[in-house]
Amino acid sequence: MITNTVYYIISAVLVLGVLLGISMMSKVKSANSGNTLSAICTLIAILVVMYNCEILTAWQAWLGLAIGTAVGVVGAVKVKMIEMPQAVALLNGFGGLASALVAILTIEQTSKAFELYVGAIALVVGFVTFTGSVVAAGKLHKLLPQKPVVWKGHSFISALVIAAIVAAVVVCPECIWLISVLSAFFGVVFAIRVGGADMPITISLLNSLSGVAGGIAGIAVGDVLLVAIGGVVGASGLLLTQIMCRAMNRSLISILVGGKAKKPVAVQDKAAQESTKEETVKDEKASVGDILTSAKKVMIVPGYGMALAQAQSMVKTLADKLEALGAEVKYAIHPVAGRMPGHMNVLLCEVDVPYDKLYEMDAINDEFSQCDAAIIIGANDVVNPAANTAEGTPIYGMPVLSASDAKHVLVCNFDDKPGYAGVPNPLYEAPNTIMMLGDAKETVAELISSF
Amino acid sequence: MGIVLILIFIIAAIVGYFIINKVPTLLHTPLMSGMNALSGITVLGALTTIAVVVKDYSSVLGTIIGILAIVFAMVNVVGGFAVTGRMLRMFKSKEDK
Repeated sequence: MITNTVYYIISAVLVLGVLLGISMMSKVKSANSGNTLSAICTLIAILVVMYNCEILTAWQAWLGLAIGTAVGVVGAVKVKMIEMPQAVALLNGFGGLASALVAILTIEQTSKAFELYVGAIALVVGFVTFTGSVVAAGKLHKLLPQKPVVWKGHSFISALVIAAIVAAVVVCPECIWLISVLSAFFGVVFAIRVGGADMPITISLLNSLSGVAGGIAGIAVGDVLLVAIGGVVGASGLLLTQIMCRAMNRSLISILVGGKAKKPVAVQDKAAQESTKEETVKDEKASVGDILTSAKKVMIVPGYGMALAQAQSMVKTLADKLEALGAEVKYAIHPVAGRMPGHMNVLLCEVDVPYDKLYEMDAINDEFSQCDAAIIIGANDVVNPAANTAEGTPIYGMPVLSASDAKHVLVCNFDDKPGYAGVPNPLYEAPNTIMMLGDAKETVAELISSF
Repeated sequence: MGIVLILIFIIAAIVGYFIINKVPTLLHTPLMSGMNALSGITVLGALTTIAVVVKDYSSVLGTIIGILAIVFAMVNVVGGFAVTGRMLRMFKSKEDK
C-alpha cells in the first residue's frame, strides 16, 4: 500500500504521459510512438493500482487480465481493416460494459450515499454505451438493417425510458437489475434509429460516452487516474462528434432522433432516361481515355461506395497509372465520407497511398477549379452541389466538395439514385459529367484500361 | 473527495479537448480507436473493486462480476491499442517509400 500523496503523484505523472501520447497523435510521424506511450502508461497504471490494492498475488485479477489480453490481441490481429468501424464500436461496447460491471460491484459494496448515486449513474451510462455500441456494430456489420429503424411512438418510448431511468436512479439507486435493464433498453432505443451514414457521429458519441462511463465509475470508486482519463476520452469523443455534426450541417439531436423526412425525392422516369443515357455514355466512353491521358491534375473523391466495393487498391492502380503519365493526383476527402471519422484515410493508407496526398476538404476545395478531372468513387451527398443551392433539403448548408468545378467529372457510383440524404444530385446531369455506373471495382478497372 | 474528483474530471475534459483539437482529420480514425483503448482504463476500477471482493468478503458472484469486468475492459485496452498501432503503421509518406 502506498500513501495517498505518492499515489496522486504517480497518477499525475501517468496522466501527463497519456496526454503527451495523445498530443503526439497530431502528427503522423510521432503518432505511433504516442500510441505506444499511452499504452505503456496504461500498463503501468494497472500495475500501480494492483500494488496499491494489494492484489498483485490475487489469481482472480490475473485470470481476468490474461483472458482479456489474449482475446484483445487475437481480435486486433484478425480484424480486417474494412471491418474497423464495427470493431471500434464493439470494443467501445466492451469498455462500457466493464464500467457498468464496476458500477454494480461499487453499489453492492458501498454504504455511502454519494458512492451509491454515482455508481448508479455509472451503471446507466455504462449499459447505454454497451447496448448502443453493440447495436451500432451490428448495423455496421450488416447484421441489423442499415436504415434507421423507427418504431411507432419512438420518441415517446425514448422519453418514457429516460424518465423511468431518472426515477429509478433517484428513488432506488440500489435496484441494480431495474436500472440495468432500463439502461440497456435505452441504448437499443437510441442506436436503432440512427441510419448508416450517420454512423460516424454515433460512433464518436458512443466513444465519448464510454469515457464518461469510465470517469463516473472512477468517481464512484475514488480513483483519480480513472477519473482524469475518463474525462479526456469523454471530451475527445464529444469533440469528434461536434466536428462530424458540423461537417454534415446537422444538429446532434436531429441525428439521434433520426426522423428524417427523407423519402427519396422522385427518382424520375427512369426507363426513358436510361435509353438515352446508354447512347451518350457509349459516345463519351471514347473520350474518357482522352480526358485521362491529357489530364495534368486529377482529384479523386472517395466515398463509402469505395469501401463497399473494396475498390481502394484499384483506385491506387488508377492513380499510379495517371502519375506515370505525368499527372498530379490528389485525394479530396470529406470529413464524413464513410462510416467513421477518417474512414477513407485508413482505407487508402492500407493500400499504400502516401498520406501526404490525402487532403481535407478545406485544404483542397479551391483546387477543383484548376483540375482537369475529378474522379468520384462511390460518393454522393458529399459532392452534391445542391447543398449550396437547394434550400429546404436535408443537406442544404452542408459543406461539400466542389467537384463540380472540375473541367471533367467522372462518376464511378453504383447507381444514379439520390444518396443517403435523399436529395437528387444535379452533378450527375451536368454537361461535364460522365457517369460510369456499376460496381466501383469494375468501373475503375474500366477507367484504367481506357488509356 | 467527491467534489475534487468531479473537478479533476472537468479539468481533464477541458485539457483533453484542446489537445485533441490539434489532431488532423487524417488521423481521426486512429485517434478515435486510441481514445477507445483508453476508455478501457476502467480496468483500474475493476481491479479496485475486485480487490475489495477478494480481501473483505468472498462472494462467488462478486468475483465473477469482477473478473468479467477486468476481461471486458482488458479486451478494450489491448485490442484498442493494438488496432490503433496497426492502423498507424499503415500511414506512410512519399519519402517513406
